[in-house]
Amino acid sequence: MTQHAPIFIVLLPLTASLLCMLFSRIKKELGAWIVMASIVGAFLSACTVLQRVIATGGKTWHYWMGGWQPPIGIEFALDPLNSVLAVLVTFISMMVALYSKPFVKEEDWLHVGGYYTLFGLLTVGLCGMIVTGDVFNLYVYLEIMSLSGYGLISLGGKKSMLAAFRYLLIGTIGASLYLMGVGYLYALTGTLNMADLAQRVVPFVGTPLFAIAVACFIIGFGIKMALFPLHGWQPDAYTFAHPGAAAFIAGCMSKAPAYALIRFMYYIFKVDSPVMHSALNVLGILGIAGILIGSIMAMAQYDFRRMLAYSSVAQIGYIAIGMAMGNMYGFIGAVLHIINHAFMKCSLFLVIGGVEHRFGEVNLYRLGGLNKKMTISTITVTLAALSMIGLPPTAGFFSKWYLMMGAYTGQQYFYIAVLVVSSLLNAIYFFRIIEQMFVQREASLTEVHPHKGKLGLPFSMALPIFVMGIGILVLGFYSVDIVTDIIKLGLPEVFLR
Amino acid sequence: MEVLNEFLKTKGIYSLVMILFFLGVYGMVLSKNYMKKLMAMNVMQVAVIFFYLCFAQKDGAMIPIQNGITTDPNAYINPLPHGLMLTAIVVSLGTTGVAIALLMRIKEIYGSVEEVEVLRRASK
Repeated sequence: MTQHAPIFIVLLPLTASLLCMLFSRIKKELGAWIVMASIVGAFLSACTVLQRVIATGGKTWHYWMGGWQPPIGIEFALDPLNSVLAVLVTFISMMVALYSKPFVKEEDWLHVGGYYTLFGLLTVGLCGMIVTGDVFNLYVYLEIMSLSGYGLISLGGKKSMLAAFRYLLIGTIGASLYLMGVGYLYALTGTLNMADLAQRVVPFVGTPLFAIAVACFIIGFGIKMALFPLHGWQPDAYTFAHPGAAAFIAGCMSKAPAYALIRFMYYIFKVDSPVMHSALNVLGILGIAGILIGSIMAMAQYDFRRMLAYSSVAQIGYIAIGMAMGNMYGFIGAVLHIINHAFMKCSLFLVIGGVEHRFGEVNLYRLGGLNKKMTISTITVTLAALSMIGLPPTAGFFSKWYLMMGAYTGQQYFYIAVLVVSSLLNAIYFFRIIEQMFVQREASLTEVHPHKGKLGLPFSMALPIFVMGIGILVLGFYSVDIVTDIIKLGLPEVFLR
Repeated sequence: MEVLNEFLKTKGIYSLVMILFFLGVYGMVLSKNYMKKLMAMNVMQVAVIFFYLCFAQKDGAMIPIQNGITTDPNAYINPLPHGLMLTAIVVSLGTTGVAIALLMRIKEIYGSVEEVEVLRRASK
């Protein structure tokens, strides 16, 4: 059983989500519970994988489909980097699946079944992108992720149709460019396996075709992860997405492409060639622009969700500059920020989804005195906001610390200036929310779904909010362990020479 | 003339594929009708498929069937790009399906698929 754990990460949610509609027809709740159980199974498999990979000292675990060895067969290659991200994605998926139950409670079986089918498939796509060791397989999972993502965004109501359609058009350009890049690499090297590719691509580094492939990957993944000038689809998509799934979409959907870009840049292309240096410079400039412009745009918003969406543009900028530094600390900072930002953004979207569910209000200037009505949620918002700003001991401080270390060791001091300025900008727009929720006079809000009791929300919504809020602190306290025990085990070869 | 011939012989088909690809992107950016944008998207996806088929082609090779004559891999056409493109065609079919479903809902809600009209009604 244990030796097949990698495939279960993908296989369980895939089977369950394909059967979900059938079970929902029999009984409305049944399909939802089966998808949830399968995601719990995927989480346990991911934990098993992570535990075994760490126990073997960070050796890559190659899982061959049907015993076909690469480069002929397709493999799942699990090293510390992607197994920890698989744990992260399945954990957040588990939490959000539980959280979104009250949102679909009053709908008919078709809606409930469809929602959980798409949710399960989104989990499949994200996990598959993370664990796969084959570049074309990654494309297939990328499309599974995107298609189910479009579906979940379009479930959010009237305005979301337009957002989903525009995302579909832009996202398809990204996926096509990625496929084009894979084509160039395949024409050069004749292999699709990542480990094989990393060796065979070495003689071609520096040729024009290689440069075109790198450019295709940066633009393709840049569109999918909403890197600064390519982020046009993202604010609308995050704002109008289904309020139950928005947390998962905002938390994880931009992280899997960011991980894939890290995988390509650091593990396959290696960062120590002239072409890659210019690619990293481009990423760094886009990241800086994204950080500044995203933060400034976020300050101008009054819709809570839209503000968070623009803040995501800025946070993806952090990941981009971490990648762009091209040294060990920058790399660690980028990976750590992927993990931390998934937690922070997910918990903020969980809270605003809860407020929207109970009061039907998303304007952040009308949330005065929320701490009396929804105490747990406001505490989570405070923790997440402090983490976004980067105050210790919350998680955000540590990833920013590693990014600054990276900028210092690489002697790229302007990154430090950008990080400090953006922390101040973050402080401006997040303290505004904390002030609204704790200090301002109580706003008169009409209850759409009235709830009495201490939690302020139904239990299945309050629990994920609480767990994610605590998670931010836990990630902060254990960030040293995450770095030394997991990320440092899986450092790319470039840093080990 | 020599140069042109040489270029057409070695890179001509790839430049046509690239023109087709960017024609698709151009159409998606500039056309004002959502249905036309969708068609341009399909053109772009087809360009990628052509690209794979172009570099998979080989002169004087035969179809990849074992027939007892030769086991020399150079005598066969590589079937993998064609196989990959079957997957890509299915993906593009799925994308088009989702896009058309969304477009039908947009038409229902806003009564139009013209970008200007839809944006005007959406901002109301």
